[in-house]
Amino acid sequence: MSGIFEYNGGSIVGMKGKNCIAMACDRRFGQQMSTITTNYQKVFKIQDNILLALSGLNTDIHTFYALMEKEINLYNLKENRKMKPTTFANLVASALYERRFGPFFVTPIVAGLENGKPILATYDSIGCKSDLDDFQVGGTGGNYIYGACEAFFKPDMSPEELEEVIGQSLVSGCDRDALSGWGGVVYVLTEQKLTVKILKTKQT
Amino acid sequence: MQYLDNYLQSKGGYDYKNVKRNELMKAQGFKEMPFTKTGTTIVGVLFDGGVVMAADTRATAGSIVADKNCEKLHVLAPNVWAAGAGTAADLHHQCAHFNAKLKLQRLNLNRQSRVNEVITKLTSKLFPYRGNIGVALIIGGIDCNGPQLASVSPHGNYVYHPFQSMGSGSLAALGILEAKFQDGLTKQQAIDLAIEAIEAGIFHDMGSGSNVDVVAITKDGADYKRNVRQYNAKSYQRQIPYDFPINNTPALRKYQFDIEKQELTEVGQEMEIIE
Repeated sequence: MSGIFEYNGGSIVGMKGKNCIAMACDRRFGQQMSTITTNYQKVFKIQDNILLALSGLNTDIHTFYALMEKEINLYNLKENRKMKPTTFANLVASALYERRFGPFFVTPIVAGLENGKPILATYDSIGCKSDLDDFQVGGTGGNYIYGACEAFFKPDMSPEELEEVIGQSLVSGCDRDALSGWGGVVYVLTEQKLTVKILKTKQT
Repeated sequence: MQYLDNYLQSKGGYDYKNVKRNELMKAQGFKEMPFTKTGTTIVGVLFDGGVVMAADTRATAGSIVADKNCEKLHVLAPNVWAAGAGTAADLHHQCAHFNAKLKLQRLNLNRQSRVNEVITKLTSKLFPYRGNIGVALIIGGIDCNGPQLASVSPHGNYVYHPFQSMGSGSLAALGILEAKFQDGLTKQQAIDLAIEAIEAGIFHDMGSGSNVDVVAITKDGADYKRNVRQYNAKSYQRQIPYDFPINNTPALRKYQFDIEKQELTEVGQEMEIIE
């Protein structure tokens, strides 16, 4: 048996651009070497200006997303205002650390726009927030996507260029990972709109 | 038992709901995910009138560098800093927790935080967890009793010594410190010694790398220099950069959600609005 992390497979990547952020994920949901579906959602819109991408054990992806959705809804009701992306990033870290000794098997990436400024943070499974880099990866294909990102990434890209770069990095990385792939979805968030593009990839 | 959930939530602290499930999975043979650890070299050096602490900036997850430039020097109080090695999440959250706890105490008592008080609070928290909170810290600061430097191990043991090093690169750094440390160093000498010790850790230990951060704490405050030395800068520029043409990646479908109008449309389909 391989690791808990490799049971379902999947990869995610997030990038910062000039006043925009992008997230991409593959679409595979598998059980070790079998593929169950090829349209599993791994990037979630938490708020108009916050995206949450999750990779790892799919049941925990679902549970953790539901937990975060609950937190932000309660926050909106109690405080009667939207949550800032940096606040949400800290909330994710605390929610993960709360389960330090029985963790969720997820590695989230949070991306958002705060007053036009891009925010990007990634975490290990127990809430170590890392928000200094311009791109973050997660999932079984993460290490391969790292390589593609280091090569293709440029700072301060426009939303259209960022969409291309993140799409190519995801696809290149997932091609080298047996447990990720079967399609890709790219989300690009700017102040005005969120674009969702379903990529055409090799069907493997 | 919803009232229990609410009570526990407002009480804070650790949540053990998933422990049994995770134990079962481990028993079935699954391996756990690697936590981000700070492979690390951290040092502390006492000098005449204060204390200097330095750290490298690499965070690892297994054998991958998870963060090339993380911050390992944490503020616990304006006059007490901590350098941390071990599990990165534990370090970050415990230091944030103690920062808040000490601030509240300062507001209540209207007194400066003391180094020995920080050590006591830390060890009292760590010991009951039997080393499961993976923080190995070097605590340095200056208070009414003068400059002090101590190291705290994850099990709750603490040691006061004029120079300390911890982390996977501690042996490399200790070599430099044992050879070159003297009593009565000046501030600049102590800073140079600390940087040299971290350099030894960065070059000889695989778990440490990237840059050096330094903080010098004296009566006048803490002088924090982030990335005072950088060994890992990219030394080349790609001659012909990758320039992807726009709209080159083939797409099956493309949607657009306009935030102001809160409207979802499918791009490429004439005026088809999808709810």
